[in-house]
Amino acid sequence: MCLFFYFRDRKEWADLEPVPQDDGPNPVVKIAYSEKFTDVFDMFRALLKNDEKSERAFALTAEAIELNAANYTVWHYRRVLLQALDKDLREEMKYITAIIEDQPKNYQVWHHRRMVVEWLNDPSEELQFVAEILSQDAKNYHAWQHRQWVMQEYKLWDGELEYVEELLEEDVRNNSAWNQRHFVISHTSGYSDSAILEREVQYTLKQIKKAPHNESAWNYLNGILQDGGLSSYPGLLEQVTELQDTCSSPYLTAFLVDLYEDALETNSSSYDQQETLNKALELCKLLAEEKDTIRREYWNYVSRSLQNTEYITDMLQV
Amino acid sequence: MGTQVKDVIIKPDAPNTLLLDKHADYIAAYGSKKDDYEYTLSEYLRMSGIYWGLTVMDLMGQLSRMNREEIIEFIKSCQHDCGGISASIGHDPHLLYTLSAVQILSLYDSINVIDVEKVVDYVKGLQQEDGSFAGDKWGEIDTRFSFCAVATLALLGKLDEINMDKAVEFVLSCMNFDGGFGCRPDSESHAGQIYCCTGFLSITGQLHKVNADLLGWWLCERQLPSGGLNGRPEKLPDVCYSWWVLASLKIIGRIHWIDKAKLRSFILACQDEETGGFADRPGDMVDPFHTLFGVAGLSLLGDEQIKPVNPVFCMPEDVLQRVGLQPDLLS
Repeated sequence: MCLFFYFRDRKEWADLEPVPQDDGPNPVVKIAYSEKFTDVFDMFRALLKNDEKSERAFALTAEAIELNAANYTVWHYRRVLLQALDKDLREEMKYITAIIEDQPKNYQVWHHRRMVVEWLNDPSEELQFVAEILSQDAKNYHAWQHRQWVMQEYKLWDGELEYVEELLEEDVRNNSAWNQRHFVISHTSGYSDSAILEREVQYTLKQIKKAPHNESAWNYLNGILQDGGLSSYPGLLEQVTELQDTCSSPYLTAFLVDLYEDALETNSSSYDQQETLNKALELCKLLAEEKDTIRREYWNYVSRSLQNTEYITDMLQV
Repeated sequence: MGTQVKDVIIKPDAPNTLLLDKHADYIAAYGSKKDDYEYTLSEYLRMSGIYWGLTVMDLMGQLSRMNREEIIEFIKSCQHDCGGISASIGHDPHLLYTLSAVQILSLYDSINVIDVEKVVDYVKGLQQEDGSFAGDKWGEIDTRFSFCAVATLALLGKLDEINMDKAVEFVLSCMNFDGGFGCRPDSESHAGQIYCCTGFLSITGQLHKVNADLLGWWLCERQLPSGGLNGRPEKLPDVCYSWWVLASLKIIGRIHWIDKAKLRSFILACQDEETGGFADRPGDMVDPFHTLFGVAGLSLLGDEQIKPVNPVFCMPEDVLQRVGLQPDLLS
């Protein structure tokens, strides 16, 4: 372990009086710091106190960040210095890239990067950078936020659908990727074109065949068909029922319940109402008692709701 | 065809009884002797750390063991000229720590030790044109901050000071195709953000805008075979989601969709029998954050050894009654 040359011993820092941690008039607790941490942050506080805007202050923020990258006050100060000293923002991009690679799950570092991108008005490295971070953790929530911001702000939609498909090839259960799929399509072609919708339905069913126990795929399928209604989508019931033999999962059963529920609620003429109700209730019972017992309260609720659907009660009264 | 469900396995010898005294001792001693370096590193969130500690102590009926006067003095030192409150002395103000400070002062019935008018000014000043809230002057937008803003103002009785319609409009624009909410429009649904948004909609009287059945289903889908809850699909369970998910379900009137017994055994398994406190999952290191949310989750599940907790504010119900706040819940 190499020795650290404490700031308090450096002659270029001799003019500053280090400011020790102040926990208030009556310190809540006595704290033991490590020497280096104390040294760096005492100096940081001294700089803040004097509102010093200098190169040495800028250098110190890097030391402080290295010790505690979550300290948002240090990041604020660094941004103030970046502007006051008119620092090279390209260098700052390299810096923040390294920091994020080291600590990718930290709000401050991503927000800092966004500010630098905004100041430079240059998103050209962003999608590749985020892709690199996602290759280490494909669900990093901060990374996805940044990616969405860059795409919307700078209108960088090209190639994203392909990128999403790559990620889903690697892990078809990546909920973030499914969300991104919805994001891209919503903001480009939209789902109102029936050809697009059909493409998406078929794509999703294909992924389901590969991994039937996949909440995200089923949520996506449900989500894109909400507006039109599940029961009226041509061929959907047949395709899903076909999957039952080879690709059964509680999600498939739940989807069928949703589909039947939609048929009942819309009083669809393509469905025998009584038979549909019976099937739906049977599936709810299967889920509650066997396939998804942990959510039995939910399935019992759905059963009751199905039986209470207005025209059902009308029908039963006839 | 194997279904690999991402989950934990609870060992048979995991704790299965509630060790409240150990947790109280853990919190009371936190920062005074053990893990000093960790305590130091978390200085940038100290105000929230204090809120977590005090709230869990109050829920356990042990608030008197904490040093009220010192904490109040500390908070006074953290209010800046702009009205905002920082995580600690020498840190910059932020909405997150402004809320934590106001929550602490509500617990202690000492709101007026700070300049309330200036806090209101600070919060108002962070609202953007589209109704969203920035966390601080640097402009990060997140629905967490929408929640912080209205929760702070509600506790101060000053909800009418912001543009409510726009604030609501922004939060609703973050509702996703699966019924959940993310941090900004189109962001992936996430249980933590869902808690903030349902809490927000409760405080602002707009819960009827939520699709309670759809969201309730998404939330109860967070429960894994171990009984624990995750924050989004295909992620591991974490005790803090016992709060974010459970409180959200309570707010939208569907808490009974969770298997309570299984969740309870998961939460209890996250205790550390030696040190006290709760960890994110069984066997990991404990911290005050997970300790609060483990205990608060148990309270929501109906444990009678713990005071009733309010699902919107994550504060004891009796405190909110004293303040006169009764945020809407769906039935």
